[in-house]
Amino acid sequence: MVAPEVHHLFHHPIADHSFSADRQTLAVARENNVDLYAKSGSGFKLQDELTGHDKTVTGVDIAPRSGKIVTCSQDRNAYVWEPSPQGWKPTLVLLRINRAATCVRWAPSETKFAVGSGARLIPVCYFEEEDNWWVSKHIKKPIRSTVTCVAWHPNSVLLAAGSTDGHARVLSSFVKGVDERPEASAWGERLPFNTVCGEFLNNTAGWVHSVAFSPSGNALAFASHDSTLTVVYPGGPDQPPNAILSISTQVLPFMSIVWSNESEIIAAGYNCEAYRLQGSEQGWQLAGSLESKGRPGLTEQREESALNMFRQMDLKGKSGTDDTKLKTVHQNTINTIRSFQESGSDVTKISSTGVDGRVVIWSL
Amino acid sequence: MSQSLRPYLQCVRSSLTAALSLSNFASQASERHNVPEIEAASSPEVILNPLTVSRNENERVYIEPSINSVRISINIKQADEIEHILVHKFTRFLTQRAESFYIMRRKPVKGYDISFLVTNFHTEEMLKHKLVDFIIQFMEEVDKEISEMKLFLNARARFVAESFLTPFD
Repeated sequence: MVAPEVHHLFHHPIADHSFSADRQTLAVARENNVDLYAKSGSGFKLQDELTGHDKTVTGVDIAPRSGKIVTCSQDRNAYVWEPSPQGWKPTLVLLRINRAATCVRWAPSETKFAVGSGARLIPVCYFEEEDNWWVSKHIKKPIRSTVTCVAWHPNSVLLAAGSTDGHARVLSSFVKGVDERPEASAWGERLPFNTVCGEFLNNTAGWVHSVAFSPSGNALAFASHDSTLTVVYPGGPDQPPNAILSISTQVLPFMSIVWSNESEIIAAGYNCEAYRLQGSEQGWQLAGSLESKGRPGLTEQREESALNMFRQMDLKGKSGTDDTKLKTVHQNTINTIRSFQESGSDVTKISSTGVDGRVVIWSL
Repeated sequence: MSQSLRPYLQCVRSSLTAALSLSNFASQASERHNVPEIEAASSPEVILNPLTVSRNENERVYIEPSINSVRISINIKQADEIEHILVHKFTRFLTQRAESFYIMRRKPVKGYDISFLVTNFHTEEMLKHKLVDFIIQFMEEVDKEISEMKLFLNARARFVAESFLTPFD
């Protein structure tokens, strides 16, 4: 197993991060700004800073093909940043929301993006050529509380959203003139804007922290605050789902999940480490941690010398070993994990960032 | 550590570790605000069920978790009138200096002697397991402190009484 690549950027929480398609640029949300880091040698160097938001930035996403960056913040705004000879040029998006924006993701087609918000709605934003600005259409209907996460189906029409009312929903974000009519999938056949294709709740209705479609789009997984991960297999249009599998775990809740292939999910969160879950429509189970506990980087328990003990007592007023450092790579909650490298339809490397200001790249 | 204290503290420790799973959450009631939801109590869906861990009728901990903050209230053991006064003075001394303790609440929750308020900003800045350690250590030390003060007070009272009564001997 290859040791993870650890980059400690700063001592601030990273709310969200995104790598460019060539993996040379890294955008991280740091307080009110978005920092752009460029790969130099084996590390990352600060290259640019995107300033414009005046409250905590909550989401950042780089479009893989066009390279445009979208950011959103608790100041209720979202910007689309485009590279220009004078640097990054921001364009304000007309979100029309009156509460914080919580997350943002580009659709795979890169013509739209969805923003989660505390205003109990999801603005789906697209570019309007005539007026030369980004406008939004609101998905309002069944959402009862803050939207905490959004994820796109590969067809760029279906959108999954998790919210603090405990529901994970699959909604249609079909915009006439922007999208092509999607092919019928297991989630539904006719998909006008704001169609609810599925509404799922787990046993205790904990807040949903993360949702994700499987690579084919034929399954949906969501992680909620009761430490469960739920996988839903739809049963076709207007049919009840084939299977809703809820895996309850003994670890602290997961904050972020990513499908590495159709039968494996990587989940990470408050336990500061990433876990592997494996299964199929028949059943899922926790397969273990991504971290091997006897990593070479970890300093093993040394024999306590008398000198060391008295020095500890003198300096810190206590004896015994220093237990400040956790045994995991991340030293605080992991906020986001994303696919870093793919081969075919399988994810081979993932990147994770957390409250401790570290970016870690894991080989699966 | 006595036999019943260990499981009590262990229970508080694991409850706190689970409750301190906090995330940054902007208010959905008022625009451009980010407030501890357990104090604002404006959205019932982001507040979890409160939990009481109790060792006996006098010693208990009340944990109220929410999505971005946790309120922890402690009832300190008070066996008699003197301990009651001592606890009152001691907690008053601490709460008046609440700013220096970061997570201390200026006013305890009704029915409790001292309260802490931990928000997501605290868990971001400080190590979570050390915050738990701090509260556990506080609970361990405070009983010791109070009984020490009581002994000292009794010794002093005896000495004062003796020296006052010497002339009449």
